[in-house]
Amino acid sequence: MTAKERAFQIAAHGVLCLLAMFCLLPFLLLLSSSVTAENSLIRYGYSFFPREIDLAAYRYLLVDSGSIVRGYLISALVTVCGTALNLLLTALFAYPLSRKDLPKRNLFAFFLFFTMLFHGGLVPTYIMWTQAFHIKNTLAALIVPNLLMNAFNVIMMRTYIAANVPDAVIEAARIDGAGEFRILWQIVLPMSLPIVATLALLSGLGYWNDWLNGLYYISDDRLFSIQVILNRLLTKTEMLKQASSAGASMGPLPTVGIKMAVAVLGALPVLAVYPFFQRYFVKGIAIGAVKG
Amino acid sequence: MRTHTPRQRLGQGKRRHLLPLYFMMIPGGIYLIINNYIPMTGIVMAFKRYNFKTGVYMSPNVGFDNFKFLFATKDAWVITRNTIGYNLVFIVLGTVLAITVAILLGELRSQLAKKAYQTVILIPFLISIVIVSYLVYAFLNTENGFINNSILAPLGRKTVSWYSSPQYWPFILVLVNIWKGLGYNCILYYATLVGIDREYYEAAVIDGASRWQQVCHITLPCLKSTIVILTLMSIGGIFYSDFGLFYQVPMNQGALLDVTNTIDTYVYRGLMQSSNLGMTAAAGLYQSFVGFVLVVAANLAVRKIDPDSALF
Repeated sequence: MTAKERAFQIAAHGVLCLLAMFCLLPFLLLLSSSVTAENSLIRYGYSFFPREIDLAAYRYLLVDSGSIVRGYLISALVTVCGTALNLLLTALFAYPLSRKDLPKRNLFAFFLFFTMLFHGGLVPTYIMWTQAFHIKNTLAALIVPNLLMNAFNVIMMRTYIAANVPDAVIEAARIDGAGEFRILWQIVLPMSLPIVATLALLSGLGYWNDWLNGLYYISDDRLFSIQVILNRLLTKTEMLKQASSAGASMGPLPTVGIKMAVAVLGALPVLAVYPFFQRYFVKGIAIGAVKG
Repeated sequence: MRTHTPRQRLGQGKRRHLLPLYFMMIPGGIYLIINNYIPMTGIVMAFKRYNFKTGVYMSPNVGFDNFKFLFATKDAWVITRNTIGYNLVFIVLGTVLAITVAILLGELRSQLAKKAYQTVILIPFLISIVIVSYLVYAFLNTENGFINNSILAPLGRKTVSWYSSPQYWPFILVLVNIWKGLGYNCILYYATLVGIDREYYEAAVIDGASRWQQVCHITLPCLKSTIVILTLMSIGGIFYSDFGLFYQVPMNQGALLDVTNTIDTYVYRGLMQSSNLGMTAAAGLYQSFVGFVLVVAANLAVRKIDPDSALF
């Protein structure tokens, strides 16, 4: 390495380190504030290093208040069901579109693609779901509207299958007597695992992080997902007091710290799972980018 | 007849074995019809005075009155300006920064460091916008916020009531958007960048090209089609905004509306207040229609200049 090159490498590392800190520091502030004692927070405000460690906020959220645990369960249920259904619909639509021998293929592709170009808008969508399908305050409201299938994901999967599963393999399976469903399930999907993993991640992330469906369609607090609870808590700490079970007898509610603690709890599952999927994720986004 | 029969039978046989493929598309097709196409027919609402009793399609027609009312308000101008203005800044700044970071990443020697940086800068992308609004709140909250308590107060400066000071929000929103989206955009460009043939660079080095020249004459031209596609998609979405960013992050504060109200938040507020659903629907149609025209026009322009990069 020449001196010039070394100087460049150091400078590049410097810039990227700053960027990485810029990305991470807000989380440190969140985490540190969530474990700081309430009176210290009131006196000094949120800070990057806790002056006085106190887990009261977590104790309250996880032990005394049932709503957070319930919200977790709802979010988990919605994420698992939603992602599974999403993948199923996506694969079932993408595989036929990937087949070059399918008559009228372009018509179906356009039918799909047009949904990316034009939207009915929130008002008609809301009226349809609430008045024709009576979806308000049901679990389906968290799963079905908007998130179940996404044209972009279908196109990504179609492109991947077309590029990675040779026609000859499908033809051979057909000659051996396999039906199309079996070909999809036993040959095409196993050969497309990277894109399946990517779409599972994107869809799972979409469900776990979704709060809009909850905002639009849910008013029953027994159906609040973790994001909806977070959303409400930010403006109304009052809700916590009401939602807490009767047995809470631990003095005043740590309202300042609790906001940060609940946000940590909301982000934690994603951050905990992310390292395991990180490899797929970067690769998957790359697949999507190479002409999605 | 004789010559036709075998071919016909072959044709039918082919069709029949393809039939399951059409069956496969039924669930997704039904979903798209319900979730996407039926609401599209709801755009007629924009031309009606909506009546809860008679429903969407039977409400009385009012022609373009809803649009007249909408564009007579000050809101129409504000929400259009905000939506387009923010998006333009996001597109330009976001693209430039993402490409810069992607190129820096590509130039690093250490593979381990590359991986580490990629991992870290993607983290903000994973977090829901609700949690982002908590992060922003931790910094900006007037009584307990980090900036007021740990930066402004120790410096002896007057604390700022951030959530009621609209002048700061254009910067805050741009910063938050870049923070959240940079990693994802950067990976998109980086993925294209690592696909560039190394021989170009080797040849350039032999010819004595500087790093800057390599970037200008190899990297950027190779990224061109990715840049065009992504920008095209952003332009198509220029009439849409991240609802959470503009509604949740400023905590729906009335004092900030002038700089935070976009078409999406306007439509949502209209829907929740149910004051004039026709006008709200008109705003929604205005958004869909102009968005549609923009993406088609942008695509047409790209197809003229560089047919390979066009989206369709």
